[in-house]
Amino acid sequence: MSYILIFIGAVFVNNIVLSQFLGVCPFLGVSKKVDTAVGMSAAVAFVIVIATLFTFLIHSYILKPFGLEFMQTIAFILVIAALVQMVEIVLKKVSPALYQALGVFLPLITTNCAILGVAILVVQKDFTLLSSLVYAFSTAIGFGLALILFSGIREQLSYTNVPKSMEGTPIALITAGILAMAFMGFSGIV
Amino acid sequence: MKGNLKTLTNGIIKENPTFVLLLGMCPLLGTTTSALNGMAMGLATTFVLVCSNTVISSLKRFIPDKIRIPAFIVVIATFVSLVEMNMKAYAPALYESLGLFIPLIVVNCVVLGRAEAFAAKNKIFPSLLDGLGMGLGFTLGLTLLGSVRELFGTGKIFSLNIYPEEYGSLIFVLAPGAFIALGYLIAIISKIRNRV
Repeated sequence: MSYILIFIGAVFVNNIVLSQFLGVCPFLGVSKKVDTAVGMSAAVAFVIVIATLFTFLIHSYILKPFGLEFMQTIAFILVIAALVQMVEIVLKKVSPALYQALGVFLPLITTNCAILGVAILVVQKDFTLLSSLVYAFSTAIGFGLALILFSGIREQLSYTNVPKSMEGTPIALITAGILAMAFMGFSGIV
Repeated sequence: MKGNLKTLTNGIIKENPTFVLLLGMCPLLGTTTSALNGMAMGLATTFVLVCSNTVISSLKRFIPDKIRIPAFIVVIATFVSLVEMNMKAYAPALYESLGLFIPLIVVNCVVLGRAEAFAAKNKIFPSLLDGLGMGLGFTLGLTLLGSVRELFGTGKIFSLNIYPEEYGSLIFVLAPGAFIALGYLIAIISKIRNRV
């Protein structure tokens, strides 16, 4: 039951992009086409779960027993950066098709604050390993949902006439604001 | 001297990270619920930028080219941890309200971007100035957005009453207001830039 609550909370109520403002850069950067949005969402989902697994293990078996919690930021970011590189290399060897689909997004993911954000959040919230993974996966679904919805809107938006100084980022931001308002309707469910 | 001044103002006006380069959007939207929060976040980022730019610039000869990005990240993460621990100790209320975004300075694209684009190629003093300029530009953006949101949301700027709080609309302090206010701000600024 609690896993379902975590899922709904992370996807709809506290959506990572639209209410917590993590991962806004890729949200604005790769949302011009639905295809790339789907690819990015898949890559994020893949990395976020693996990264959370590793950072959780490192936190509870290395940092915590030795009292090194102040090293959290440095340790986590290094692990994530190394992990992304490793995923890229492994994927290239094991599944070239998947690499073709996700490859271009992988280097971008290191600086996606959603990944580090989730890694730190699960430690702050004192989750168990399983609920951390559920939380990470649901967050990625929430990210994907917001990104794909937004890219659909932006594809339509490119056919409309907007005032010249509003073109591009400004109108995209205002659209994102209205989308965030729609997601506010979910607040109070969990 | 003239070159140094140019390096300093470049980040504040011409290549302002928030309004022109559109970097570091997450802290920009996430921490600007009030002008004070925005400014504190900006100053924390400025400190990290200045220190990391200076250190990276002085170490650039010893860092092998292939592993430069991880090396930069370690330098940046060190200063971020410093800021985090100091803020926790001396300004706990501020630390509480900025929360997650302090450790997330590590992945702020402005910091890594300047390390890669400027500090890795230039001498120590210009790198320091570049970090300062970029940091102040970023602080300016955060403070401006924070002031706008605080004014429309609660009728105050830096907790000073401008008009009664009942007339404000809470939406500006909440998440959607951040996106909408920033959208309009960028539109207004690009309008002004095109005219000048």
